[in-house]
Amino acid sequence: MWQYIIKRVLGLIPLVLVVSFVIFMFIHLIPGDPARLIAGKEATYEEVQQIRESLGLEKPLFVQYFDYLKSLLSGDLGYSIQSGAPVSELIGERIMPTLGLTFLSIGWALVVGILLGIISAVFRNKWPDYLGMLTAVSGISLPNFWVGLVLIQLFSVQLGLLPTGGADGWQSYLMPSFALGAGIMAMIARFTRSSLVNTLKQDYIRTGRAKGLGGNAIIFGHALKNSLIPVVTIAGLQFGFLLGGSVVVETVFSFPGLGRLLIDSIQIRDYPVVQAEILLFSLQFILVNLLVDIIYSFLNPKIRYE
Amino acid sequence: MIQTEAITQEQLDKQRQGRLYSFWKEFRKKKPALFSLFFIGFLVIVMIIGPYVVPYDPAAPDYNKLLESPSLQHLFGTDAFGRDILSRLAVGARISLTVSISAVLLGAIVGTVLGLISGYFGKWMDRLIMRICDVLFAFPDLILAIGIVAILGPGLKNVVIAVSFFSIPSFARIVRSATLESKEMLFVEATRSIGASNRRIIWKHIFPETIPTIIVYFTMKVGTAILAAASLSFLGLGAEPSSPDWGAMLSKSRDYIDSAFHLVFFPGLIIFLTVLAFNVLGDGLRDVLDPKTKD
Repeated sequence: MWQYIIKRVLGLIPLVLVVSFVIFMFIHLIPGDPARLIAGKEATYEEVQQIRESLGLEKPLFVQYFDYLKSLLSGDLGYSIQSGAPVSELIGERIMPTLGLTFLSIGWALVVGILLGIISAVFRNKWPDYLGMLTAVSGISLPNFWVGLVLIQLFSVQLGLLPTGGADGWQSYLMPSFALGAGIMAMIARFTRSSLVNTLKQDYIRTGRAKGLGGNAIIFGHALKNSLIPVVTIAGLQFGFLLGGSVVVETVFSFPGLGRLLIDSIQIRDYPVVQAEILLFSLQFILVNLLVDIIYSFLNPKIRYE
Repeated sequence: MIQTEAITQEQLDKQRQGRLYSFWKEFRKKKPALFSLFFIGFLVIVMIIGPYVVPYDPAAPDYNKLLESPSLQHLFGTDAFGRDILSRLAVGARISLTVSISAVLLGAIVGTVLGLISGYFGKWMDRLIMRICDVLFAFPDLILAIGIVAILGPGLKNVVIAVSFFSIPSFARIVRSATLESKEMLFVEATRSIGASNRRIIWKHIFPETIPTIIVYFTMKVGTAILAAASLSFLGLGAEPSSPDWGAMLSKSRDYIDSAFHLVFFPGLIIFLTVLAFNVLGDGLRDVLDPKTKD
């Protein structure tokens, strides 16, 4: 087991290096002089020169990249152009609300999605299945910002039950996490259904039936555990969807998280913040997929020996 | 030698024609998918003739009719400039669908070429292309698109590039595995043994085999692309806020949510129905064309 984990972690190092290089190049790929971009339009020639020097923009590219990696490892993500504050501080303020929102969303999406998938598989080709899968395909097709806006209209404007935005108290997490999780819930439901339907065709299920086990014992005692293994993988892949979605949903609800910081920073061209955020989102995604692989290998030992 | 080739080609063509017929026979039975196909067909017609038949000028303000609720004159109501929302949606279909379809097309072309090369030649080329895909996969879809737009600047052309980027690796992977499969087929082996060039084998024999997979995947990806493009416009990174793009129409509507909900409701509903149609059509096509990947 440990051997597999170590192998997987080491295997990720080249990927993380390439990804960090691409993100390092971000500031160089924007048309124009990076020093002038960072200094802002009103900066004098001297100021631009000073920034160029302090950022080491005159050194060869690979030296700059090496410096970038070194400062990343020491937790230095650069400074915001807008406020001059360290980027790590700005991100630190925003990370908890986003993490809370993300986990709440994936949490309810898993529970409801798996339940919906089981119901659909058990009543395959009957009306609960059609209803469940209609819900699922609709969930995948819903624009999450529209869901958010419709929820605000219903629960804030019409009923006055929930706050329209912000992150004060648990009430302000309800609508954003619904809007964010709906699509993932739908994917998980579809995947659970098809996985369970496949498992129910297996021989050992027939054996279970032959020895007289009832429907519930078969599904909950035997089939479900095995069919949830692939669902773990899909949940991990959907995490990327969740990170992207959080940007949109946080904008709808004026939610003080990382996603909204990203959009605000793009609009005011605060590139160091944008760069750090994209790095953070990608590393988070890589990390979650690593965790998923490890959980998967734990559930399905066959994979460790491939 | 020449004769063998001619017969094989003819047989292949016939086989493919037969396939088309049996495809239609099967597909006709999928009622939701068929219905979605009609809906998409209707949208395409709107896309073409929309600007000539809409009842109101989608860009002309009418200051006597600001934020009017839906009525017989304005079925979907009017916006903050008194412009007819139905007319704007009909004209905007052209923008929203062109952007998403061309983005997926671009991604599909690049991805397919990479997938064919990767699957057919294998070895270091395969490893290189697959590693590039891994890197692209390491960025969450929308974050990658947002990053690209941050570099290139907002605008529809850049949205097309950004959205096409994240469909490249998925097409490359899916075409690669279809290529690996058909590479082993007997007729490919036979073609190679009579001395056909790699290019000919790939384009004449392997690529046609991967088309069904590409069609299924293309249809599904268009839905995703519409959502992504609309999200970017909603965030103010895509279409001009004043243009009748579906996502852009929603982005300003938030300000009127407590006074004029129809501004939010109808553009979102159209996006939802369009994406739903592409997804349901994709599901139906997959069941018929690519049953292996079903469930």
